[in-house]
Amino acid sequence: MSARLTSVLSRIAQAIPVVIGVVVISFVLTRALPGDPAVYFAGAAADEASIAEVREALGLDKPMLRQFIIYVGDLARGDLGQSISSGRPVAEDLASRLPASLELTLSALLLSCAVAVPLGVLAATRPGSPVDHLCRVLVTAGVSLPTFFTGILLIYVFYYLLGIAPSPLGRLDFIYIEPDHVTGFYLIDAALAGDAETFLGALKQLVLPAITLALFTMAPIARMTRAAMLGALSADFVRTARAAGLTNRTVLYGYAFRNALLPVVTTLGMVFSFTLGANVLVEKVFAWPGIGSYAVEALVVSDYAAVQGFVLAMAFLFVLLNLVIDLAYTLIDPRIGFAAK
Amino acid sequence: MLAPRFARGTIQPQGKTQMTGTTSRRDFLKYGSGVIGASMLPFLKALPARAAGGDVLVAVTGQTINSLDLHRTGTNRASYQVAVNCYDRLVSFGTKEAPGGGLSYDYSVIEPELAESWTISDDGLTMTFKIKPEAKFWDGTKVTAADVKWSFDRAVSVGGFPTVQMKAGGLIAPEQFEAVDDETFVIHLERPSKLSLPDLAVPVPFVINSKVAMANATAEDPWAMEYLHKTPAGSGAFKVAKWAPGEQLVYERNDDWAGGPLPGPKRVILREVPSPATRRALIERGDVQLSFDIPNKDAAELADKVTVYSTPIENCMHVVGLNTTFEPFQDPDVRKAIAYAIPYEDIFQTAAYGRGAPLWGGSTEIDDIAWPRKSPYYTDMDMARSHLEKSAFAKGFDVPFSISLSLADWMEPTALLIQESLAGLGITSEIEKIPGANWRTAALVEKRLPLHLENFGGWLNTPDYYFFWAYQKGHLFNSSNYENPEIEALVDETLHMSMEDPQYMPNIKRMFAIAFEDLPRIPLWQPALNVAANGAEGYEFWFHRQLDIRPLKGA
Repeated sequence: MSARLTSVLSRIAQAIPVVIGVVVISFVLTRALPGDPAVYFAGAAADEASIAEVREALGLDKPMLRQFIIYVGDLARGDLGQSISSGRPVAEDLASRLPASLELTLSALLLSCAVAVPLGVLAATRPGSPVDHLCRVLVTAGVSLPTFFTGILLIYVFYYLLGIAPSPLGRLDFIYIEPDHVTGFYLIDAALAGDAETFLGALKQLVLPAITLALFTMAPIARMTRAAMLGALSADFVRTARAAGLTNRTVLYGYAFRNALLPVVTTLGMVFSFTLGANVLVEKVFAWPGIGSYAVEALVVSDYAAVQGFVLAMAFLFVLLNLVIDLAYTLIDPRIGFAAK
Repeated sequence: MLAPRFARGTIQPQGKTQMTGTTSRRDFLKYGSGVIGASMLPFLKALPARAAGGDVLVAVTGQTINSLDLHRTGTNRASYQVAVNCYDRLVSFGTKEAPGGGLSYDYSVIEPELAESWTISDDGLTMTFKIKPEAKFWDGTKVTAADVKWSFDRAVSVGGFPTVQMKAGGLIAPEQFEAVDDETFVIHLERPSKLSLPDLAVPVPFVINSKVAMANATAEDPWAMEYLHKTPAGSGAFKVAKWAPGEQLVYERNDDWAGGPLPGPKRVILREVPSPATRRALIERGDVQLSFDIPNKDAAELADKVTVYSTPIENCMHVVGLNTTFEPFQDPDVRKAIAYAIPYEDIFQTAAYGRGAPLWGGSTEIDDIAWPRKSPYYTDMDMARSHLEKSAFAKGFDVPFSISLSLADWMEPTALLIQESLAGLGITSEIEKIPGANWRTAALVEKRLPLHLENFGGWLNTPDYYFFWAYQKGHLFNSSNYENPEIEALVDETLHMSMEDPQYMPNIKRMFAIAFEDLPRIPLWQPALNVAANGAEGYEFWFHRQLDIRPLKGA
């Protein structure tokens, strides 16, 4: 076990250059963007003098290298800087918005896996059958419908026409107060507080956006499961297992599925990372206070600190995610040596 | 105790949805409150019963409130409403019927807010305000002249937008403000100006509880910017009960408000919903009572389902800017050719869905001083061609046509229609989309865009104030680099002149005549601010284009 721990630590150490690179690139890129935040934040009626005052207040009058040194110094102290547009420390903004995005993305992925993986397995075991066709239709529809469209359609049908869904007003309807902050995940926090009412309230708000995202993410997962299962089922070891007289169930789930899991987990990791940053449209439609819309708004107004904070947070999340996926590989397939990678 | 409120709640309109047997929030609030017991959270327990009686209003907006302090650097426009609803000024504007339905503020009437009365000396240089003796801050302390002075000092000292806006009314330095005693506040002006008193009624000079602010000020932050950014300290009609940027702002009524009649709702919840489609579904279903600043398209389509107020924004115009640094635009005939080539009606219907007020096809005679006013130009391609033929550019020319991406909702369709029409004259224009963050620098500061669209709205509603910003040389919204010695002299002379002055009207008429002859800006239409209400009454339009929740009532 300690060997595994050292290898985990060495993996984390390997991520350090990546993070340094991200810090430099995000700093340079945000400043290379067109737009002058001092002019923007001084307001429409500002004159030269007040723009200069704002520039000085934001520290943008200093040379680039000096700004970078200050930024890195702040980072070393764990200070991500102050977002000008929200007026709050970036760390605070991220802490309140990242859990919202994570809660939505994770629930969507759980839902998506719960449907897509069995569907993929069924489609692979019965190629050409109605299940296989259903899988294909669902997958095509899922990817070809843009998320904002699915979102608005679901709102129209389930909220506007049928009145089953709650008002699409974000994470909680206004008649509830949010649970005490523990993890930032409303479902978990409400459960910890033992507040069934708020838990249900948060769950109801989550259903439509989670379905919207799940429909979109189902496609790659179902396709990958199907393909990997097909590959595994035609492999020699499955033939051997069948010849040895193992039950169909054992062959399917004990051998074929376990071997097919590797590419599925890889896909899952990729899907997770792109949905987390890319669900801006879903966030906008459902008024979800997530990290994607935060980053886009910050980018539009050249709010440097907020953009850098977002990029950095995503980079950390990726490093972490890759680590988890690599760990998952070794659990699924013991032949994969972790330390060797 | 709940019963009478219930009874009132049962006649709430449900929105014009087609189905039966569904449960909207109102039904839930009405029937649900009966089963909600004492075990519920206080918020949850209190709210449904009140909502049924119109004590709680829910409004949605697409914008984010990013600060509770208007004076802070980086505070966006949407946040100005906190200054309006949570703070008081010395004076406010009256109320009148708005064109297009509903109510509007009235620029011509100044009403007391914190000031009980005021006098202006005969030379117009000294304004003396008596502060209402009953006026109290939320913490129960009295509003004194010292608080007013501290707040005004802050507005003129912090720089940026508040300082610029104060300057428009001749309020420049702290030395001008004097707290004579607790209830007497004096402003010394350098010159008499008709803009000084109205400038005290804009959101900027709001009165802060200076004791609370100073207790939270530091050496680096003498104006308590950090503290007031998150914690308002005022005397206004509403307090901020909760603020989550990007999510919601909850206002709670201040029952001791001395600034005006006590507002109806005890609580107003403002939710931020970025997607216009979602906002539309919410207001149509009647789950929210007010949707603020809805797109023109939704306003046009919702008008027969819910109450829609489309108020033309005073002293505001969408215009085509012709930059005089671009050679062809130095020729008056080219400018007139373009003015006759613009397909005004098509633009108004396509880009504005007919919301707002047309600004073309007016009489050539200028017989009043209404502004914005219709220009004497209209769509006539023959006139356009004959003007172009008279010019040195009869064969046409190439010109980039610049628009802002962040204003693309009206600029893009407008630019496309104009581009198509100009092509008929042989003027080739390529549309150049400039990112929102660069637009201000390119259009207003560097003033380097030859052909572009522009929009300016003056808070102080006099034509000379508009001309000051948009037609005087070097001024910010003069994106056309326009310069005319007569306009310079006229604006300088008229800006602070009393409107009763016999010279005022002739001066203004002369400005209009020059502006329509020289055409640095071709008026298109006066945009509207659209608000949809479904279960709320009393909406009032304000020049600051933010939601004033104080006059609102549950229907």
